[in-house]
Amino acid sequence: MALPLVYNLESVRARWRTTIVAILGIAGTVGVFVAMLALAKGFQAALITSGDPDNAFVRRAGATSELDSAITLDQLRPLEDAAEVQRTGDGPLASPEVVVVAALPLKKTGTDANVQVRGVTPRALEVHKAVKVTEGRFFQKGLLEMVVGRNAVRSYKGVAPGDTLRLGGSSWTIVGVMDSNGSAFDSEIWCDADLLNSTFQRPSGVYQSVTLRLVSRDALGALAARVAGDPRLRVQVERETDYYAKASRMMTNMILGLGSMVALVMGVGAVFAALNTMYSAVAERTREVATIRAVGFGGGAVVVSFVLEALFVSLAGGLLGCLAVLPLNGLTTSTMNFQTFSHLAFAFRVTPLLLGFGLAFALLMGLAGGVPPAIRAARLPVTAALRDL
Amino acid sequence: MKFWPLLLAYLTRRKTRTLLTVGSFAVSLFLFCLLATIRAGFQSGVQAAGADRLVVINKVSLIQPLPLAYRDRILKVPGIKEATYANWFGGVYQDERNFFAQFAIDHTTYRQMFPEFVVPDDQWKAFEADKQGAIAGESTAKRFGWKVGDRIPIKGAIFPGNWEFNLVGIYKGRRPNDDLTQFWFRWDHLIEKAPEWAKGFVGWYTVRVQPGADAVAVTKDIDSRFANSPWETRTQSEQAFMASFVEQMGNIGFLMTVIGSVVFFTLLLVAGNTMAMSVRERTGELAVLKTVGFTDLAVLALVLVEVILIALVGGAIGIGLAKLFTLRGDPTNGMFASFYLPPSAMAAGAALTLLVGLLAGLIPATTAMRLQVVQALRKL
Repeated sequence: MALPLVYNLESVRARWRTTIVAILGIAGTVGVFVAMLALAKGFQAALITSGDPDNAFVRRAGATSELDSAITLDQLRPLEDAAEVQRTGDGPLASPEVVVVAALPLKKTGTDANVQVRGVTPRALEVHKAVKVTEGRFFQKGLLEMVVGRNAVRSYKGVAPGDTLRLGGSSWTIVGVMDSNGSAFDSEIWCDADLLNSTFQRPSGVYQSVTLRLVSRDALGALAARVAGDPRLRVQVERETDYYAKASRMMTNMILGLGSMVALVMGVGAVFAALNTMYSAVAERTREVATIRAVGFGGGAVVVSFVLEALFVSLAGGLLGCLAVLPLNGLTTSTMNFQTFSHLAFAFRVTPLLLGFGLAFALLMGLAGGVPPAIRAARLPVTAALRDL
Repeated sequence: MKFWPLLLAYLTRRKTRTLLTVGSFAVSLFLFCLLATIRAGFQSGVQAAGADRLVVINKVSLIQPLPLAYRDRILKVPGIKEATYANWFGGVYQDERNFFAQFAIDHTTYRQMFPEFVVPDDQWKAFEADKQGAIAGESTAKRFGWKVGDRIPIKGAIFPGNWEFNLVGIYKGRRPNDDLTQFWFRWDHLIEKAPEWAKGFVGWYTVRVQPGADAVAVTKDIDSRFANSPWETRTQSEQAFMASFVEQMGNIGFLMTVIGSVVFFTLLLVAGNTMAMSVRERTGELAVLKTVGFTDLAVLALVLVEVILIALVGGAIGIGLAKLFTLRGDPTNGMFASFYLPPSAMAAGAALTLLVGLLAGLIPATTAMRLQVVQALRKL
């Protein structure tokens, strides 16, 4: 037979002071745990949403990122002509791109950040469908004009629409703002690829990557096979989403690694707090427990009752912790991605799954902190405890 | 201390609780030290930067190169003592996850510029004699189990191809926070094998200003000499250069510290509360002590000493474990140039422990001191 839950609720209320401390300990731990997960998730999401599963991303074989890749004009042609590439009346949907890194001052600190400047063709918007111009207009081919991502406008000095930016010996006019729903492109600046090549003294007709819009999602395999069979093409083909997932791996792992290390240490501390609370609950209730046993409840019922009490405390802590980090959802922060050597703004993502992880972590701590005291309570010798009365 | 037995009896009265409280303090301090180490890891480049060194990079960004010909022109700038140059290699050793910084360095000037990296003379001579020679930092060598004499294959990314180096030396740091993860090989070897576009260019210059020279004036002088050329320069102190990386890492380190500190104080609150609780429980006993002639102050001291003892033992365990943990090296495998717990953080941790122990003990101790014997005994 089980003890009524009211008994536990009543006992939690009677010891509210230690209970609150235990709840706070668990809430803090869960909060940090979920916040770290949300940070890693947000970073990963910013990069992954830059990719489109319907796009293929092509770079030089052996290149680790766009920065150290090179695609020449005579490699671009056979790629564009591949049957797996979608075409419209204006030709194939292919976006050859050039990426340079420019040092621009951060608004917040005034120190320089590495900003990705991407040279593209006007067709880029048809390949990167998520990118929309929300203010002003797109740059015109052949003009020294730039379009700035919405996070870049917010993060860096001197790149608002209408500003003139000196870069690589030329003066560029900012003509518009683009929005790609929080992806890495929002931290970038786009301009004409050929002009970018010439102002940066790079050889003309050499791009760093080519993004191709596929005729269908599963045409990637056929394209990869065609590329592998063409001796002119020493390139690697990947789904765009896969490329960006890989580009986020190092940073995501670091955040997760450090975050879980800190959360683990905090978890041990919170379990100590829960243990202390529950042990003192057991000690103060020696007589009660003995009475309960004397009137016929078994040892198992006592264990279940105390464990439930611990779980209740930890659940309250877990919920509080989750509530505390909810406002973080959507908050924009930024860091440097070592894999692309550039500064990137991204938003925290508190997803239901992460909150679920947080609650599970809380219950796990409650279990670790509740079981040993519960067993002690069940083992109390009934006669000796009652003699104390 | 004739009260030791009494104190010991108090501490063993509820063994589990004493252990848990000591444990709570240990965990809090372990966490504090861990966060301090992470923070120091993020900052280590700035801390270790040489005060008299400047870094000259391309004005566009660090990734754009500078002509090798600038070297002689930089050396002509008044106030400059010496200059060296290097290139970022960015190759992959076995797997992309095995990241470490690889630099192609000028073997004739680099060692003099960076005296904090200690290479034994015979190893440096071997480096000068072997064009394919390489020197690795102690922690990178340890991470991959390299020994002097090993052949290290690295797959080029910026500079395509398969590169092989002979490990001729391992460098150590002069200070505990020096970056021991770098991998150096010879710049003349890089340029020999590099594609045409790379010839005649270097990644960046590091220069040392003469003692007494005005570093700010030198900085401006260098940049003005190359203004309006196709390769404009941006000169800054090594410290500012390193700081710009930390600024870009941005909130990650900051967030971790802030969130961690909040939790650290929560954990201490837990420990403090437990101790207050344990004193409250003993009201009766303390009243008996007063009855048999203990003065108010003696009771105050007794309670305070007990609480502070628990705090200090717990704190010492936590700090000690953290030190041992950081001595094992960087757990993230190469994300931090140095993973080192600074003594100042250990001292700050110890001071915090003492403070929290004092605060946690003060309220119950004064309650105990002010205890009205008659009233307290009536409760028994």
